[in-house]
Amino acid sequence: MSDESLQDALAQLVPPGARVLDLGCGDGAMLAHLQATRGCSGYGVEIDDANVLACVKRGVNVIQLNLEEGLALFDDASFDVVLQIDTLQHLRNAEVMLRETVRVGRIGIVAFPNFAHWPNRLSVLRGRMPVTKRLPYQWYDTPNIRVGTHADLGELAQRAGLQVLDSFGVQDGLTVRFLPNWRAGTSVYQLAR
Amino acid sequence: MLIATSQSMHFAEPLVLTSGASIRAYDLCFETYGALNADRSNAVLVCHALNASHHVAGVYEGQTKSEGWWHSMIGPGKPLDTDRFFVIGINNLGSCFGSTGPMHANPERADGQVYGADFPVVTVEDWVKSQALLLDRLGIQSLAAVMGGSLGGMQALGWALQYPSRLRHAVVIASAPNLTAENIAFNEVARRAIVTDPDFHGGNFYQQGVVPKRGLRIARMIGHITYLSDDVMNEKFGRQLRNAATNRGVSAAQAAASVQAYQYTTQEVEFQIESYLRYQGDKFADYFDANTYLLITRALDYFDPARQHGGSLSKALAGTKAKFLLVSFATDWRFAPARSREIVKALLDNQREVTYAEIDAPHGHDAFLLDDARYHGLVRAYFNTIATEVGV
Repeated sequence: MSDESLQDALAQLVPPGARVLDLGCGDGAMLAHLQATRGCSGYGVEIDDANVLACVKRGVNVIQLNLEEGLALFDDASFDVVLQIDTLQHLRNAEVMLRETVRVGRIGIVAFPNFAHWPNRLSVLRGRMPVTKRLPYQWYDTPNIRVGTHADLGELAQRAGLQVLDSFGVQDGLTVRFLPNWRAGTSVYQLAR
Repeated sequence: MLIATSQSMHFAEPLVLTSGASIRAYDLCFETYGALNADRSNAVLVCHALNASHHVAGVYEGQTKSEGWWHSMIGPGKPLDTDRFFVIGINNLGSCFGSTGPMHANPERADGQVYGADFPVVTVEDWVKSQALLLDRLGIQSLAAVMGGSLGGMQALGWALQYPSRLRHAVVIASAPNLTAENIAFNEVARRAIVTDPDFHGGNFYQQGVVPKRGLRIARMIGHITYLSDDVMNEKFGRQLRNAATNRGVSAAQAAASVQAYQYTTQEVEFQIESYLRYQGDKFADYFDANTYLLITRALDYFDPARQHGGSLSKALAGTKAKFLLVSFATDWRFAPARSREIVKALLDNQREVTYAEIDAPHGHDAFLLDDARYHGLVRAYFNTIATEVGV
């Protein structure tokens, strides 16, 4: 995850001392932050060699694994919190991964770019796919295999039979609770079984 | 250039083995590299696999080509940096590189005969125990890490089980929590090749002045096949023929198409891969001991820490305290990544600290001895964090 203000906002959601599994942990910055500031422990899961190395350099435990192969390594409810930050848009089967997230963790925290954020809508109205700070890629070279909205994720959670403990948007590091589907670049859901 | 010096230590007290047998007195060969720091916190034990020894790193004085078997990994400025860590290599009991083995005199016999087939079966647990006794004598109570690949990785895992308080980290590379039936099967074919060699004499060939080289060659050839990947073998050898010069009777058509002719022989070397395997077999038979081969493959077969725990590796690892780094290689089919993941899962079940990397290297099991940049970068980074932890 690149945005530090988003990282701080999401870190607030993790209880101090929690055992955390960070799915698609990137360079391990979030886990290192949680370890240093909130006394958390846990592991990252990452597929990319360079990111795995970056995690080791930070002293973050990391398991190199393709998330598409599932979370069979992890027992039911073996973590207090499972993070899935900017991961969902890279996975082929998002619904399975949402279910796995709340199977392994007591709480799942899912964050991903909200395609319904107003600048994106404006861009599409103009007939062009958005290129923004949050979605910085051209349509033809994006690593994201899908886009979705804050409202879409709510519907998917319901479909998968998951309990939505909380949901809101984050914009410029601040929580957005009023019309998040319009006003926030990032959608956040706290989910449970 | 790091200069290695082989040392030996005598143990006068009997070593009671897992099997119930014991070795009355024995010697262990070892080498050390780098310097032990003042608070004795920077020692790293490196465990060897099937055909290696205590000569892990560096070269012997005046012998520039005598590099240790893991010299790409260990030495000054290497991923396991001997400028920061005190590294110890120990030759295991039953081996043929100096420590007491089947070619040495059996103290149980009045006639001074060598052990031969009477050398007791040794296990990974026995090796770990004897390594711990040697470290006691060196005054090293706590290890910064125990590291090993393949069978060496089993010893590192064994350390975490047998002496949980004596190591901070276990670095387990291209290893497995036990052998699969297929793995035992390969070992058995190799053993049968040795045992059925007429020169083996039931393991007491030393007195006959012969060496069961045919058996050793075949054992090594089989082993070698399992250490490589199909892809690498094809890339290296493919269907290349060995000898273009022996092309008698090349037909005009073949010559025109510059197709090298087959020799149409059943017993001569035709393909390059055959030549390679025979060469490896010959080389091995010149220096390796037949009884050692049997002993070490048996130690591999018997290793199975979950066995005492109803087959549950998670229960077996409950007593471990060390932090773990596990590395596997995508094309290793002898000790496949799935086997390393079993260890990772058992550690996760016990909430142990663990990092696991799966290196997409093409070289099969042998990859653990090669210097892939991703692999070495990772081990280097991991030892850097250990160095910070122990203050070197």
